[in-house]
Amino acid sequence: MKQARPLTITNGRIATPDGIADGGIRLVDGLIDAVGDVEAQDGDETVDARGRLVAPGLVDLGVFAIDKPAFHFGGITRAALMPDQSPPLDLPSRVSYIAKSGKPDLWVHPLAAATRDLAGSEIAEIALMREAGARAVATGRGWIADSGAMLRLLQYAAMLDMVVIAHAEDAALVGSGVATSGEVATRRGLPSAPPQAEAIAIARDLALAEMAGARLHFRQVTTRAGLELIRTAKARGAAVTCGVTPAHFMLSDLATVDFRTFARLSPPLRSEDDRQAVREAIADGTIDVIASGHDPRGPEDKRLPFSDAEPGMAGAETLLAMTLSLVRDEVIDLPRAIAMLCTAPARILGVEAGVLEAGKEADIAIVDIDKPWIIQSEKMAATAGNTPFDGQPTQGRVTALYKGGVDIEL
Amino acid sequence: MASTETSPHAARYPAGAQAFPHRDLIGIGQLERHEILFLLDEAEQWVTLNRQPTKHNDLLAGLTVINAFFENSTRTLLSFEIAGKRLGADVVNMHAATSSVKKGETLIDTAITLNAMRADAIVIRHGSSGATQLIADKVDCPVLNAGDGQHEHPTQGLLDALALRHALRERGEAGDDFTGLVIVICGDILHSRVARSNLLCLQALGATVRLCAPPALMPTGIEAMGAEVYHDFDAALDGADVAMMLRLQTERMSGQFIPSAREYHHLYGLTKQRLANAKPDALVMHPGPMNRGVEIDSEVADLIDRSIITRQVEMGVAIRMAALDVLTRRGRGVEGWGAVT
Repeated sequence: MKQARPLTITNGRIATPDGIADGGIRLVDGLIDAVGDVEAQDGDETVDARGRLVAPGLVDLGVFAIDKPAFHFGGITRAALMPDQSPPLDLPSRVSYIAKSGKPDLWVHPLAAATRDLAGSEIAEIALMREAGARAVATGRGWIADSGAMLRLLQYAAMLDMVVIAHAEDAALVGSGVATSGEVATRRGLPSAPPQAEAIAIARDLALAEMAGARLHFRQVTTRAGLELIRTAKARGAAVTCGVTPAHFMLSDLATVDFRTFARLSPPLRSEDDRQAVREAIADGTIDVIASGHDPRGPEDKRLPFSDAEPGMAGAETLLAMTLSLVRDEVIDLPRAIAMLCTAPARILGVEAGVLEAGKEADIAIVDIDKPWIIQSEKMAATAGNTPFDGQPTQGRVTALYKGGVDIEL
Repeated sequence: MASTETSPHAARYPAGAQAFPHRDLIGIGQLERHEILFLLDEAEQWVTLNRQPTKHNDLLAGLTVINAFFENSTRTLLSFEIAGKRLGADVVNMHAATSSVKKGETLIDTAITLNAMRADAIVIRHGSSGATQLIADKVDCPVLNAGDGQHEHPTQGLLDALALRHALRERGEAGDDFTGLVIVICGDILHSRVARSNLLCLQALGATVRLCAPPALMPTGIEAMGAEVYHDFDAALDGADVAMMLRLQTERMSGQFIPSAREYHHLYGLTKQRLANAKPDALVMHPGPMNRGVEIDSEVADLIDRSIITRQVEMGVAIRMAALDVLTRRGRGVEGWGAVT
């Protein structure tokens, strides 16, 4: 669906790269026409934002399912789909199919599987998948244990100028672990892995990426030691970025004490000290992106003993509210929250979105940043309500959403 | 056999509190000290009964107890079966190997099926930590945990405490609890639910617990549970009152944890010579099954007056009878057992 006639949103607080300013925005033919001091012109449709935040549509870097109602609820207009699908996104035909699947009101950016069947040994047809619409390469939820294969992958991706999205957990150390080693896992008798599994993986991948001249993005970095490695690498100018999901700055492994499988995540929840480290790294800019990791899982995957359940949480609907909690807690300011949810992921994916500038895609979310609501697993728009935040009061809701200038019914 | 009367030891429970306000027995971690003592006290009558020529009581006549074992077991299953039968219950054993679990049925559906058969108590063993609680949440009757993954095995913790208390009383040493005792638990702590239940139970009763294992078999952060951690078995045994040995749970190990059984025995096997580091009359315990010549030498396992390994097995039946009795009191309408939390 194309935008039928120009739309002017007035009386908003506009989130631009320079800060938040009162004003409006005009959308024409699916693109942003003007930002700031705009006037509705004859024939324009007009919307009064009534003082609410006017932000770019969220760009969710690394989701595991296409779940349109949940994405729209959360203000997400673009989502990068992880290759961990059944079958995996390791062929151009599969990538091409996925790239078209959400249009017009949700754009799905497929992430090409780094290796065939995500098995970690043979490099997949990455160049052909790029032609088919893949925006980056991802190792999936596992890591590539073979350092030689990882180096060749990074060199190949560097040649194609595609960013590699890596999962930072040393598989041999993790083994069958479903929790982070420590008091909670020990009391509950859960198979666990040391948190250092993350830093070890990051150290290796950083060294290989710098050798290969590749751009590397760690989808989730969740430990103090891992974040320190990223901080140091950035300081010396390495082409590395990283992200995190709200669970790792909101919750620690205490959330698993009652064996609740909604808190079974990959990587697993960490110690309280690591949670604080994640918040510090969000504050100081070490972490670039906050993403939902949206992975709705029904009872057949979650109503099981903790170690038998599948990892993952439905996060699309709570992504914005949880990130806004960092603003209320004065960890970051509002422009930086927008940067982490929209601008940085769009830049990593290389898509013309995530920022309110003339000429960019007219993906707009109007947000009531203070609106209180309660997260309820039973009432979620997602295909499954597996959220560890069930029952938690929060603030911040999308009140209107536009994809390419077209109003999306919420 | 007046188990329906108020406990003779009521004085030690908080005034106005129910002696045992739990519907299920999932773990020692959920029990207060006085609740542990209550179960031990309740078991005494069954120890006496079990030593009679006629070992039967119809307390649970007409009740159905299902032993649902999703993980292989010989000793614990037999012990629960005998406990139920001695109390007159109809006991049914469900083995996972021959059940619909193999046909793809989920654990929850199995639980709902068992519940629909109107069991009066369900005893669960499962290979995953937390599985017993998951089932307990879905059924209407009391659930007893017979071991869930590496989490807890509460009746083992209780029976070990009962066996120890009996042995000490025979020597004229024991009070109600184990205050002042130093107890060493040595072996595969990482994979052991018995170690966790025993640690919690023995500490609740006042003992100092030393855990001993090579680092790879010692769970991270167990100090936070109050245990003293040792890697040197001789040092751990120094001045100890009790040595409790655990077997290596090779079926739970992925990868190599020790170089060989011979080397393990060299460092952690309980030999007569090594036992000399402990107090002169220190007791020897083992929850079984034993691997003689690996974690324990035969001459130690068979020490008369020192090894209470067979007594642990005996007390197991009594503890399980007590647990089945106490947990079914509400269902049987025993006066004063109406409300549970």
